[in-house]
Amino acid sequence: MGTTSTVDTYSNVLEFLCCRIRLKITSNIDASVVLFSVIPEIGSIVRSLGCFPTEAELHELLAEVEEEEPTGYINLEKFLPVMTKVLLHRSYQPIPEDVLLHAFEALDENKCGYITKEELVKYLTEEGEPFTQEEMEDMLSTALDPETNTVHYRDYISMLVVDET
Amino acid sequence: MGCNSSVAYRRSEKAIRAAILIQNWYRFTKARLETRRRYSLSIFQSIEYADEQDQLQLANFFTFMLDHCTHPDSVSQILTSPGISQVVDEGLSLTEFENKIDVPDSYYGPRLSFPLTVEDANALLHAFRNEQLLHARYVLQLLCETRRVLKEMPNITHLSTSYSKEITVCGDLHGNLDDLLLIFYKNGLPSEQNPYVFNGDFVDRGKNSMEILIILFAFLLIYPNDLHLNRGNHEDYIMNLRYGFTKEVSKKYKDHGKLILCLLRDVFSWLPLATIIDSKVLILHGGISDTTDLDFLNALERSKLKSLMRPPKSVRDRQDQPKERIPTTRLSKHIANQNVAGKTQHISSSGSTEPSGSNLPPDPALKEWKQILDILWSDPRSQNGCTPNKSRGGGCYFGPDVTAKLFERYNLKMLIRSHEFKPEGYEISHDGKVITIFSASNYYEEGSNRGAYIKLNPELIPRFVQYQVSKYTRRQNLQERVGTIESSALKSLREKIYAHRSELTSAFAQYDLNSTGRISVSDWAAAMESVLQLELPWRMLRAQLVQMTPNGEADYMSCFYDLKIGQPTKEVQPALVETLCRYRRDLEIIFNIIDKDHSGLISLEEFGQTWKLFASHLGIDVYDESLDKLILSIDYNKDGHIDFNEFLEAFHVVHRLEKKANS
Repeated sequence: MGTTSTVDTYSNVLEFLCCRIRLKITSNIDASVVLFSVIPEIGSIVRSLGCFPTEAELHELLAEVEEEEPTGYINLEKFLPVMTKVLLHRSYQPIPEDVLLHAFEALDENKCGYITKEELVKYLTEEGEPFTQEEMEDMLSTALDPETNTVHYRDYISMLVVDET
Repeated sequence: MGCNSSVAYRRSEKAIRAAILIQNWYRFTKARLETRRRYSLSIFQSIEYADEQDQLQLANFFTFMLDHCTHPDSVSQILTSPGISQVVDEGLSLTEFENKIDVPDSYYGPRLSFPLTVEDANALLHAFRNEQLLHARYVLQLLCETRRVLKEMPNITHLSTSYSKEITVCGDLHGNLDDLLLIFYKNGLPSEQNPYVFNGDFVDRGKNSMEILIILFAFLLIYPNDLHLNRGNHEDYIMNLRYGFTKEVSKKYKDHGKLILCLLRDVFSWLPLATIIDSKVLILHGGISDTTDLDFLNALERSKLKSLMRPPKSVRDRQDQPKERIPTTRLSKHIANQNVAGKTQHISSSGSTEPSGSNLPPDPALKEWKQILDILWSDPRSQNGCTPNKSRGGGCYFGPDVTAKLFERYNLKMLIRSHEFKPEGYEISHDGKVITIFSASNYYEEGSNRGAYIKLNPELIPRFVQYQVSKYTRRQNLQERVGTIESSALKSLREKIYAHRSELTSAFAQYDLNSTGRISVSDWAAAMESVLQLELPWRMLRAQLVQMTPNGEADYMSCFYDLKIGQPTKEVQPALVETLCRYRRDLEIIFNIIDKDHSGLISLEEFGQTWKLFASHLGIDVYDESLDKLILSIDYNKDGHIDFNEFLEAFHVVHRLEKKANS
């Protein structure tokens, strides 16, 4: 991990955030001055940069970058180096496809290759880091086979993974 | 469940871990999707604004053409008082049109009778739902009457929400008839009990601009106190030349199109500039500036300004200083032979084009033009202050402090404006004081955004209603929608990249001193931005635009693969081909103006002269020999005329993959 990589990663994060918060990207942007309201979106931002944090890990990250007195804003100057470090050290490991497959299989008690809508909804909205109603509906809109009311998870995974080039 | 409790416990724990994994992964893909959606919309918006800048340049060119008297008749016909001046005569009445224009028995569309009634309006709605056209005679009569009624109105309309009436405010429609019909379906037709304000930009881009105008004007005539229209920056005949409305009218009304367009030019200039509700809510199309003066705006003669694209003569005199190139941030040192002089002239409210230290007397015409330009073109920003609107090339960016000052001065509570695309159809900024309302759903592409309208109650609390027209019977899911808008956006972007091929190549070469064909990602991003100046997140887009070498560098010429210009024109210098490709749209407009009799043909001489003039205006070196070769190669039947539509088609950027698919 040479210095070029750090600078590159830092620049990537900076550019991403500027686009996200619609700030003009100038070469001499004064990071210390920029505060941006991002807390509700921090999960989305970190994930968009290629990481897979759990909700718990996000809370830790937030604690590291938030102001002493939470103002609802985050200082870009604080956030950038923390985020750069996260990306360089490849914290929050990505989830390989086969691990994901095992996860779905774990929910598929009878090993039939699919999970019923009721079962899936039960697990994802009640267990772990529960989905909101909206998140559940959104996943079902792509994953659910409306005729059988089941989710054929192999197909679902391969469909989404192909798209993610 | 039941059975062995410890097994059940273990199973449950495994299930919980699995659930977390799935949730985690889902949220990741969701975030990625959101990122792709956002940068796609950024691309659309950047290209749109860059295009608007080009349009301003074209307007400059028309002025330049006029001043250099190349084709005085045809150009002046369009730009100054129309040759068909009798249309603009006050005296022209409804009966004159009735006498002069025949409506055949075979016409089954609506037959309007004035004064209009609700039955006429319903007939129109019914006809347009069935894709019928209104006959030209009725269009002209309608426009005539509309002008008569609009003339009576002040520049700023004052309304009140008395008797617990809710007022509905709609934003940009841009020729999307489906959106207007959907709004009427959800919210009811305009009437005394159901007042509406339409905030400009009714025309251009969409394919039913004419029908939208007809409907709005019809309701205006029926309910003049309850249907209110504000002028937008697209209610401007020079904008219409580029953005599709002029073409739409010419196609739909082959015989009377010119007459209709002439009359429309007048009608647009009579549209009110703003509306104020209960003296507290200001509604106008674009925004404000730190010099916006509502009293001044109310008092000026609004109909004098047919188009905002041509500043008043006094400003133009100053702008046309020969050989003066005013450097701005948009000029890049990489633009070698193509010094785009026109682009440096920013038509700004801060008067940046005036030479500093000039002690010319304050010009009333200039003030009027600037005031209207500001309210029709400005955009709000979160940073304080008032700066020239560099994206658009006109109006300014105004901050919360500017809004607060205006509110204090005029005792206002809220500003409702449109003019900017919003993915959710509306957006609230400046701490709740400024609302942007945008009513054209799927504006850039199927699935790109929702439209919305505002319901304002007597307490002046806004309520938002969103909608989205869909041409698919099954609504696409988010994945599919993002896929559609992303590929459409990237396609537009690649075309732009290709049209700037030689500039980009030299920009890349500056970083690649050893001619290896590879440069770092940072350098690649810097080069892209310096040439294209679209303020896009190049690093994020890199994967879609350029191929990488195994050691992480950009193989910069790969961004031109899979693209080529329509027909290979071997005899012609590549640089010329590229330039023609880039200015294709501008040339189309110019040629259409020169082609007085709409034959689609212009003489070789006219073509050559016009091209040379255009090129010199832009500061492009013109190689006579090259141009002559080109002209000869396209005069296929050697009769001294070229079909310019065919010619321009040849310079259309084609995506090779697309071509493969179609063949």
